[in-house]
Amino acid sequence: MGNTINIRKGLDIRLVGEADKVIVQGQMPEIVAIKPTDFVGIRPKALVNVGDEVLAGTPVLMDKHNPAYQVVSPVSGEVVELVRGAKRKLLAIKILADKETRYLDAPVVDWKAASQEELCSYLGDRGAWAFIRTKPYDAVAFPDIKPKAVFVSAFDTAPLAADVEFLMQGKENDFAVGLEVLAKASGAKVRLNLHDKLNTNKVFTEAQGVEKHLFSGKHPAGSVTVQAHHIDPINRGEFIWYVHPVDVALIGKLCSTGQFDATRLVAVAGPKVKKGKYMRTVLGAQLKHIATEDNLEDSTFGNRYISGNVLTGDKEGPEGYLGMFHHQVTVLAEGKHKEFFGWAAPGLNKFSVSRTFFSWLMPGKKYALTTNKNGEERAFVVTGEYDKVFPMAIYPVQLLKAIHTGDIELQEQLGIYEVSPEDFALCEFVCTSKIESQQMVRQAHELLYGELVQSMKEPVH
Amino acid sequence: MDKLEPNFQEGGKLHKYWPLYDGFATFLFTPGHATGRGAHIRDSIDLKRTMAMVILAMVPAMLLGMYNVGFQHFRALGEDAAFMDTFLYGALKVLPLIIVSYGVGLGVEFLFCIIKGHQINEGFLVSGMLIPLVCPPDLPLWMLAVAVIFAVVIGKEVFGGTGMNVLNVALTARAFLFFAYPADISGDKVWISGNLVAAGENSNVVDGYTGETALAQFAKVGGEVTHLGGVAYDSLSDFLMAGFIGLVPGSVGETSALGILLGALILIATGIGSWRIMLSVVAGGLAMGYLLNGVAGMFPDNPYLAIPPFYHLIFGGFAFGAVFMATDPVTASQTPTGKYIYGFLIGVLAVIIRVLNPAYPEGMMLAILFMNVMAPLIDHYVIQSNIKRRLKRTKVLAHA
Repeated sequence: MGNTINIRKGLDIRLVGEADKVIVQGQMPEIVAIKPTDFVGIRPKALVNVGDEVLAGTPVLMDKHNPAYQVVSPVSGEVVELVRGAKRKLLAIKILADKETRYLDAPVVDWKAASQEELCSYLGDRGAWAFIRTKPYDAVAFPDIKPKAVFVSAFDTAPLAADVEFLMQGKENDFAVGLEVLAKASGAKVRLNLHDKLNTNKVFTEAQGVEKHLFSGKHPAGSVTVQAHHIDPINRGEFIWYVHPVDVALIGKLCSTGQFDATRLVAVAGPKVKKGKYMRTVLGAQLKHIATEDNLEDSTFGNRYISGNVLTGDKEGPEGYLGMFHHQVTVLAEGKHKEFFGWAAPGLNKFSVSRTFFSWLMPGKKYALTTNKNGEERAFVVTGEYDKVFPMAIYPVQLLKAIHTGDIELQEQLGIYEVSPEDFALCEFVCTSKIESQQMVRQAHELLYGELVQSMKEPVH
Repeated sequence: MDKLEPNFQEGGKLHKYWPLYDGFATFLFTPGHATGRGAHIRDSIDLKRTMAMVILAMVPAMLLGMYNVGFQHFRALGEDAAFMDTFLYGALKVLPLIIVSYGVGLGVEFLFCIIKGHQINEGFLVSGMLIPLVCPPDLPLWMLAVAVIFAVVIGKEVFGGTGMNVLNVALTARAFLFFAYPADISGDKVWISGNLVAAGENSNVVDGYTGETALAQFAKVGGEVTHLGGVAYDSLSDFLMAGFIGLVPGSVGETSALGILLGALILIATGIGSWRIMLSVVAGGLAMGYLLNGVAGMFPDNPYLAIPPFYHLIFGGFAFGAVFMATDPVTASQTPTGKYIYGFLIGVLAVIIRVLNPAYPEGMMLAILFMNVMAPLIDHYVIQSNIKRRLKRTKVLAHA
């Protein structure tokens, strides 16, 4: 392990409602859904029809752009609905879950003996490949494009994030196997990134066959792109893979037992949660089964259920579903209240990075923030704000302007391949002009990803 | 308020005036908009809060400026006035300027917002306060109104409104006055309220009173100033103290270095004003001041060369420009490195113009306007160096 890389620029947003380290066994949700929208750039095709019986591990969805992988059902049961949106775009596959999960009886692969190709196609067919994503783009990895490294971040610094070490309880062996499988499938080195305060567990600190890097400091230290930027920046044409530690364990378990185990611990947190805790549930579960109503406080304008964290998560109703890559459900109050002369108030209760509210006199205070935007969108005025929360040698504002003007060449020069939309979440948070930058970066990436997909289809002359 | 809202919404009778309604509604109440896409929570700050802080930071300089307007007036008459009388005289001189500036500027702004269907931006709240503070107290109100209209329309709206302008709006207004009505904004006769000096023999001005500014005096006699505009000082330190507190002739808000310093502290403490720019403007001014001191011996005709460099910070518009004008985020450099270069060059240029230009003893306005124009160029080169580093990395990779 080299020197500790300290992430000084950034921000830990102090929210109330952290999850206590208590595990609650959730009920088996009635309906579980797979959402193609969780996968960036996917052209989804359902592999099942309404009425089909599925087992945990049965393929239900594929990507026409990237046929090398299939998404499998996390539970056993009956397909009850294919939700479609505009232009018949597939939005969700809903499955009525059995009380007891029956697993698909899949052959166990001898992953140590198998060739790299065999291993990749096994992971693809059995639903594990879908958890391997790439930077840039955040899309599921193409098996034909070899990555320069596989990144596993052993910690999450997002607000109220689940403690990754707590999620890994009982998955130690699977995790170790998963790391080896990833090294073999990628043909590249696996980089395990640790945090000096958040990582003490041997499962990470003594992991074998990986290159470890130690980080310290604030959010977004846990972001894979931030880590890559400081260890081994992503240049044009290069790719890295990244996998969440829980999903590394899922891959490990699949390879050693043949079982696709989609059960997971999910942190239930947020200002409107009475008692933050960890819920044992299954991927795709309905949020109302995770953040149960009896554990929530009422709020005037209703509550917002977020699959994921408050910066990058998806807005889902209580009827919404836990996303494929989320380990946290956050509930906070909708903030549609209006405040009389709010801009002139001393603001003892208002969280701000600037010291324009007197709340800066109370540095340790935690806040019950709502979804209020705290202002209207404006033209870009204040400079230097983004730089304080953007720990990369990249000019975020100039990059956003290049995106705004559609100048792809300039975007490349300014480092579009080194960033993810999530890296702009804090910019979005601190922005005085309330500019929504994550969406801008996402659209720029979608465009570039579309070109990549196109270039892969064209015959080579 | 909520009852009125439907009238202004899409399809409502008064939909055309939606920007106006929205402007007032959000002035009274923070808007109840919730986050949609993107981060679900947001910082409490918005542009209204930011602008409110800048205005707050200008208040000390404004109050001391008001007092000084009265102080200069009564001293020119050779009268002793009570503290409150002095302040009230100044306040009654300055308030009309502020009211006209806001009234006219916001009027133009509203008009453009209604025509374009934009929301009303908070930008002019600061410009509207800055403009009166950089004008002489006796400026005819109609001139101020014309200058404000020019600045808002030509300086800002033609570029697309707040956030899009190249030149600082308040300085555009001042530059307009400076070139269109030079007799009313420069020379020795305009800095004392009441048209006393201009009236000459007919007024009751103390004998020998001239009303010139400290900078004009520097240009004539250099740093050893013992009397200013007919007022004798017991010692040089008394003179410097008067300049620091702001009891010398000048534009309304620029005279008090003390008030400006308080404003700077507010801006830096709240994180709204860029300390990088303020620091580098001061550094640039001092550096150039020392450099000119070094060559002063060669040019005995220009006593301005030899004044101690810190005088530049205390007298004239240097401090005001450094704290409130150069830091305007829209017209300054945007990159951290660029801010240092931008600020430093403003300081350097301001002192060069002050000292080496025989026609006019002040240079801050032109220095800032010039650097406003250069700011995008500075940023361009700062960003190019970042791009080159990235390109180099890719090339090394290609060869490896």
